[in-house]
Amino acid sequence: MNADVRPDAPRPRVSTRRLVLVGAAVCLVIAGVVSSFASRHPDGLQHVAHSLGFAGAARESAAAGSPLAGYGVDGVPNGFLSGGLAGVVGLVVVAVVMGGLVLLLRRLGRRRG
Amino acid sequence: MHVPDGFLDAPTSVATMVVAGGVVAASLVRASRRELDERTAPLAGLVAVFVFAAQMVNFPVGAGTSGHLIGAALAAVLVGPATATLCLTVVLAVQAFLFADGGVTALGTNVVLMGVVAVWVGYGVARAVLAVLPRRMSSVPLAAAASSFVSVPAAALVFTGLFAVGGVAPIPLGPLVATMLGWHLLIGVGEALITFLAVSSIVAARPDLVHAARGRMPALQLRTPEPVA
Repeated sequence: MNADVRPDAPRPRVSTRRLVLVGAAVCLVIAGVVSSFASRHPDGLQHVAHSLGFAGAARESAAAGSPLAGYGVDGVPNGFLSGGLAGVVGLVVVAVVMGGLVLLLRRLGRRRG
Repeated sequence: MHVPDGFLDAPTSVATMVVAGGVVAASLVRASRRELDERTAPLAGLVAVFVFAAQMVNFPVGAGTSGHLIGAALAAVLVGPATATLCLTVVLAVQAFLFADGGVTALGTNVVLMGVVAVWVGYGVARAVLAVLPRRMSSVPLAAAASSFVSVPAAALVFTGLFAVGGVAPIPLGPLVATMLGWHLLIGVGEALITFLAVSSIVAARPDLVHAARGRMPALQLRTPEPVA
């Protein structure tokens, strides 16, 4: 080993392509499967709103009629499938929107620089 | 942490929407000029997808209460604060419009809390912690964990401030601050654990892509194989 390479110097171990593929697969499992086992208890803010008595102030979201509202797919009766499918759809939408935004910003950045 | 419609009055919701819009616009410029390059752009997409997936998984924190990852400090450490704001904004918008998770009129509030406050508090704490820890890659996940722990109660505290100004119910500030801080310190422990694991994985696989390590860690070096005798 070259003596002047510090053992801690950052070294890529996997290609970017592999990182993104493995990362995306992990995220698919989290959103599609693990999410079904998530705690159903109210989150910190909801709990505080209940215990201090302002939970009733919450109004229904304008998006409450969305076929995916509440992380389920309308018309899919099986809760596990419905939740998992909603997670996968959301994940794909986030990937497309963020991916598109990043591509656009990279293009603009190149044009300027 | 997702604020529903109705908790804050209209002027406060409009004000947070304006602040969120301004910060997102500035983040678009900063991300394209200073953070996103050919190598790091794919990681930005992956971080947004991970934050969305992880936010679906509420973990119990006791007494019938749960919490989930915010992912703001995680994103700031991995891809930089401006790109982190964009990641959280995309996730929060998809959650609000597609899943009715977090209000639509409260979207600006949620972007301010999770996409701005948690991101920049997380980024600031991570930079401060990295400044005192040894200049090793193994310091990065520790700094990320510490900063993510702080980012959760920080966002909760700013929510109580907004509620004090524009809350729809006359809740005494003392108990509100105490209960919000208490629960979100607990949730912060989960946030720190998940952030430590996720950042450790990226640091192990691709330390060269990690934004918070830029300029602080030894440069990437090309090694040529030693000639075989």
